[in-house]
Amino acid sequence: MSNKQLFVPGHTACAGCGQSLAAKLVIEAAGPNTIVVNNTGCLEVFSTKYPETAWGVPWVHSLFENAAAVASGVESALKYLGKKETINVIAQAGDGGTGDIGLQALSGMLERGHDILYVCYDNEAYMNTGIQRSGLTPFASNTTTSPVGGVSAGNIRPKKPLPEIAAAHGIPYVATASVGIIPDLQRKVKKAISIRGPKYIQIHVPCPLGWRHDPALTMQVGKLAVETGLYPLIEYENGVLSAVRKITPKPVEEYLKTQGRFKHIVNNPQELSLIQEIADNNIRKYNLKAEQTS
Amino acid sequence: MFGPLTSKSGTSKNNKTGSWRTESRPKFLKTNCIACKMCRIVCPEGCITGTEKNTYDCDYAFCKGCGNCAMICPKQDITMIKEE
Amino acid sequence: MKEFLEGSKAVAEVVGLCKPGVISAYPITPQTHIVEELAQFVADGKLNSQFINVESEHSAASVVLGGVAAGVRSYTATSSQGLFYMAEVIFNIAGMRLPLVLTCANRAISAPINIWNDQQDSVSLRDSGWIQLYAEDIQEAADLHLIGYRITEDKSMMLPVMVCMDGFILTHGIEVVDMPTQEQVDKFLPAYKPLYKLDVENPISMGLLADPDYYTETRYAIHETMKDALKLIPKVTAEFSKVFGRSYNGLLEEYRTKDAERVIVAMGSVCGTIKEVIDELRAKGKKVGLLKISSFRPFPAAKVYEALKDIPKVAILDKSVSLGSYAPLAVEVKASFFGKKKSPKVISSFVAGLGGRDITKDTVKEIYSLLTSKEKACEFIDLKPELLKESYEQ
Repeated sequence: MSNKQLFVPGHTACAGCGQSLAAKLVIEAAGPNTIVVNNTGCLEVFSTKYPETAWGVPWVHSLFENAAAVASGVESALKYLGKKETINVIAQAGDGGTGDIGLQALSGMLERGHDILYVCYDNEAYMNTGIQRSGLTPFASNTTTSPVGGVSAGNIRPKKPLPEIAAAHGIPYVATASVGIIPDLQRKVKKAISIRGPKYIQIHVPCPLGWRHDPALTMQVGKLAVETGLYPLIEYENGVLSAVRKITPKPVEEYLKTQGRFKHIVNNPQELSLIQEIADNNIRKYNLKAEQTS
Repeated sequence: MFGPLTSKSGTSKNNKTGSWRTESRPKFLKTNCIACKMCRIVCPEGCITGTEKNTYDCDYAFCKGCGNCAMICPKQDITMIKEE
Repeated sequence: MKEFLEGSKAVAEVVGLCKPGVISAYPITPQTHIVEELAQFVADGKLNSQFINVESEHSAASVVLGGVAAGVRSYTATSSQGLFYMAEVIFNIAGMRLPLVLTCANRAISAPINIWNDQQDSVSLRDSGWIQLYAEDIQEAADLHLIGYRITEDKSMMLPVMVCMDGFILTHGIEVVDMPTQEQVDKFLPAYKPLYKLDVENPISMGLLADPDYYTETRYAIHETMKDALKLIPKVTAEFSKVFGRSYNGLLEEYRTKDAERVIVAMGSVCGTIKEVIDELRAKGKKVGLLKISSFRPFPAAKVYEALKDIPKVAILDKSVSLGSYAPLAVEVKASFFGKKKSPKVISSFVAGLGGRDITKDTVKEIYSLLTSKEKACEFIDLKPELLKESYEQ
């Protein structure tokens, strides 16, 4: 770890915020020779409220949908100045700012082959504006715009497959990670930073407020998402699946019951089985199940 | 003429988020600590410091009392106690 | 050196001489030739620049924002729909006080979709905090890019500059242009030295959240800086004159207004047409003149007042309209007289040239003849009534 703190205390994230933890880990892994381009969202708002900034590296706000585009400009400027070899560029945004409104800019950046690490902090909804449903909100999740009600059991659509969309661009490196499994996250960021070209890392970050979980359980909740198969930890290199983190699958109920946003599911066997099916499909598709050793 | 525009790095340290704690705070027992560094790594505030065994502690000026450090310590050497 | 050039090519050449390190644009008629020329310069090794083909105008503006934030002179160009698509980034660039030059090849706004010239696009973004300079001919269009970079990068300014040139008329027209040399450009325009930038040696945060305790002062500072720009722009054009031998006032031009009885106020290429009509009518003894507005933002209200206060009848010609109210230039001109001791007896507002409808010498003569003692609040002078129906018909 570097001597100087690159993400300092005093930011106004909620206690136990998974995204603040992940952002800290990402910039520590990337190091001080990094320029960060950040979209509008929780991370930007809680880390840079004038006149205070929690960032110990150069940092610029892009707007909501264009972190990838502003980062492309920063990267181009560094190339022009002959400094790109020694300075990392990270573009970061939430799930909505990446996969919904930000998808165009992300696709352009990936297609053009910029030497940028794009980090998507996936807390599975538009949290900063008050927990609204995004394209990455998981099935059955209770959000304010996909609420549980008299005739609704929450969000009816599956997560948009952003890692696959990124991988389909044929870029050198795509990975998913979780703030619940930190060494894996750190390894992936370091690996990505060492590769030339566009990289995409999607980090699952529990949100105590939006997901309604105990703020002390941020790590545990994140870990359970991985261990149930609901959030596969995978790596793609040049468009091909290259590695997965094996799990000994736990039933999805263990993960769902930790969060208020799924509390309507826990006693609903039909919805529960649909979510188990999502997990089972992931386990099958990515071959996540650890081999039994006898 | 210029108005509010940029900020020097690390100025958020002026904001003492320790005042947020209402329920509990971590107590670092410093008896069974193995210096695994997990508490320091896991703190979303980055306000835990330490080097060798039993030297880990947090800066209560910033600690929000989330409790992740206590949950992650493999030796249960951090407990959450009632906030004063 | 004098050359016979298409407007787009002249602009591209001059922009190239300014050596922007990051160029990013998205194709839209009638800006395309400018960007294509620049692409060819880069491809031929004539211009060392990162040329970024983006997937939208919003991203084009974002890329150049990133480029200049990282300390490198940058450039983009657009029109109409493209300008509106990047509108939030336009406001962002000004609010972040980043220096930039953008060419707006003025074009009408959908709907109906129309690719021909009027000034609705840039005029609609007049609140953005950008300096807006309007070119009369290709020479001026080219020169304004040099002047623009010099103004925008001035440490007292750091406000982006939009160079507005009428689409097709100036972008695709061909005129004799006196092209500057690299030596002249280097003499007039020093290398960009950022006041602030993204630099790992000196890390700062740019574009922070400003709550009600901080937001107002940022906006006020831009407003005050615009007033400073009223003083800086003529200074820069005077410096320009020393190096290149061509004089521009920078804010406005009074053409044969001294003893005029009727004056038209206008912006852009139509001023060339108006000057020709004035010369014709003056030869016949008619006392007519033109007040050409070069800088729409900052709006030189005090100078407009001085130029027109003794003119009996003033007509303002707008190539845009604020639907539901008046015409934008007319409103600004009228406001220059509000509460003042002197004022023209008649200030009439005319709208013409929307969607590329030609403003001919006859149109201009018609404006002068419509400038009677009866004030016109907002008159469309080239209307085709046969196309209008009271109720909808297939």
